[in-house]
Amino acid sequence: MEKKILALLEQREGKIKKSSFETLALAEHLAVSLEMTVDAAVIGDKIENTSDVFSFCNCNLVHFTHADLQLYSSSAYKKIVVEYAAKQGYEIILLSNTSLGKDLAPRIAIGLNAGLVSDCTALDLNGKEIIVTRPVYAGKALQQVKLSSEVKIYSLRPNVFKAVLLEKKAEEKISTVAVENPDLTNRVKKIIRSEGKLDVAEADIIVSGGRGVKGPEHFTLIEELAQQLGAAVGASRAVVDAGWRPHEEQVGQTGKTVSPSLYIACGISGAIQHLAGMSSSKYIVAINKDKDAPIFTVADYGIAGDLFEILPVLTEEIKKLKS
Amino acid sequence: MKIAVCVSHVPDTATRIKIAGDQKSIDPAGVSFVLNPYDEIAVEEALKTKEKFGGEVVVVSIGGDQVKETIRKSLAMGVDEGVHLKTDEALDSFAVAQALADEIKSSGCELVFMGKQSVDYDNGTVGQLTAELLGYNSIAVCVTFQLEGTTVTAEREIEGGKEVVETSLPCIITAQKGLNEPRYASLKGIMTAKKKVIQEKLLGAKPVRVENLLLKMPIAKNPGRILGSDSSAVAELVKLLHEEAKVI
Ligand SMILES: Cc1cc2nc3c(=O)[nH]c(=O)nc-3n(C[C@H](O)[C@H](O)[C@H](O)COP(=O)(O)OP(=O)(O)OC[C@H]3O[C@@H](n4cnc5c(N)ncnc54)[C@H](O)[C@@H]3O)c2cc1C
Ligand SMILES: Nc1ncnc2c1ncn2[C@@H]1O[C@H](COP(=O)(O)O)[C@@H](O)[C@H]1O
Repeated sequence: MEKKILALLEQREGKIKKSSFETLALAEHLAVSLEMTVDAAVIGDKIENTSDVFSFCNCNLVHFTHADLQLYSSSAYKKIVVEYAAKQGYEIILLSNTSLGKDLAPRIAIGLNAGLVSDCTALDLNGKEIIVTRPVYAGKALQQVKLSSEVKIYSLRPNVFKAVLLEKKAEEKISTVAVENPDLTNRVKKIIRSEGKLDVAEADIIVSGGRGVKGPEHFTLIEELAQQLGAAVGASRAVVDAGWRPHEEQVGQTGKTVSPSLYIACGISGAIQHLAGMSSSKYIVAINKDKDAPIFTVADYGIAGDLFEILPVLTEEIKKLKS
Repeated sequence: MKIAVCVSHVPDTATRIKIAGDQKSIDPAGVSFVLNPYDEIAVEEALKTKEKFGGEVVVVSIGGDQVKETIRKSLAMGVDEGVHLKTDEALDSFAVAQALADEIKSSGCELVFMGKQSVDYDNGTVGQLTAELLGYNSIAVCVTFQLEGTTVTAEREIEGGKEVVETSLPCIITAQKGLNEPRYASLKGIMTAKKKVIQEKLLGAKPVRVENLLLKMPIAKNPGRILGSDSSAVAELVKLLHEEAKVI
């Protein structure tokens, strides 16, 4: 039988997420190297950007629809994926390690008797074998593993794998499957949104503040810079614990893991638990008045000075650059 | 109601680690181990639930003899009894989940608390794996938890907000920071914990699906450039970000 890969995509509010395009690009790469074909699947009600899928991967897209499936339901999503994947006999299943992917991947692993590696940051081929790298011990070490099960599931850390475009957009092959009686024993009743703010886990640029910002009222310095850059505001645990910032902004081991293109750490010392959440960022800038602060060991560029003096000038310079 | 809480014994995140001679694990010498921080939150939620509805709490941990320390710590916080599923093998998440599922099934616990992730291998999968093996409902990464009759409601963190999830018992909840503030063990708690029983059960061999090939240190990044010590360095920083890094 022909060997197949399933790229499991995620929609929120009717749009396929950016991290799913990363999943598709990796599926395309593996399919070419391993001579396999790719199917993609997405679950939801109406989805507006299905056409974009074919810019990243030459695949058949299956859209499972039902009005009650717009919001995530672990029981319903699991059942749909498990039944479909068992029928199609996929050997490899890829998905993004987002909050939804993290929740769903282990469930389908049990349903398909598959092995699972979560939070992968690299998938390398050794002949036909996939060797996975993932950070462990709060990013202090890297582990390499391989799966010995017949069906293999890999969940990919968002923002790490590149969403490489195909040279030429592939033909759009979309089929729609209406789901009957989805199993809603476990269902999301509603979503409580953090008012219109960009989430650190999804932002391409993050400006984070730590105890060096000295008080909640001074976070305007961070917010103004973030606004100029179109960035999300992040925070260290010290300032979250102090009640200066909400927990959803916390970056680090007990907060969120982020890999933006640019991470600007202001008044953050760079404790190991903070680094665990952001050291896979592509570029790191540190602004800290202590030149020996550990944050400088992971920073690409740093200014060892007073953030109160530096940030307003930086915000001004960015404004100039953008205009 | 009988409530289970599953805990793992992990290196304190602040300690330095060294790779052991086998190139597959860490050298435990000089590493201080603690009750996994998320599991501490799970223990607290189990105790709060018991205080509200009555019943008893049993703590389960899998590993070598050293995990008894972590079981003891949970007992000192107020858990009633401990079960040590003993093995010296390094199990993968599937084997851990299978062993936990077997134990939960035989003890008849319909409500189980775990941590959202164990801070050693950072897998974040055992809660959902165990629930699926048992056919239990489950909600992961919870910052609130409510039980009314057999209806379970919890809020779980997602990108840009929270999902309010509803399901019913039997159920596994995995704890995220923010769910509660774990209590300290009182002196009395520590004293009585010494008298509480820890049942020991030997775990047989388990099949593995995930083969551990290598553990290595990440390649240290080249130390970055410190461009200056005041705002006179800003222009150069912006230029580098724009022209060299091309991120703005
Ligand atoms: C189990 C566990 C989990 C944890 N999880 C997390 C986590 O998820 N995220 C996290 O961030 N932390 C976490 N921590 C806490 C972590 O160990 C640190 O305590 C925390 O990150 C410190 O925050 P900070 O850098 O803001 O504060 P500090 O360490 O106090 O650093 C403040 C920095 O600001 C600088 N500064 C002061 N004034 C100025 C100025 N005017 N201009 C420029 N710089 C200035 C100082 O030089 C200093 O380096 C965890 C700890 C534990 C034990
Ligand atoms: N060895 C173990 N013994 C008991 N519970 C465990 C063990 N390993 C993991 N768990 C539980 O599963 C949760 C998630 O762990 P993990 O999926 O390994 O990150 C932990 O927070 C614990 O509640």
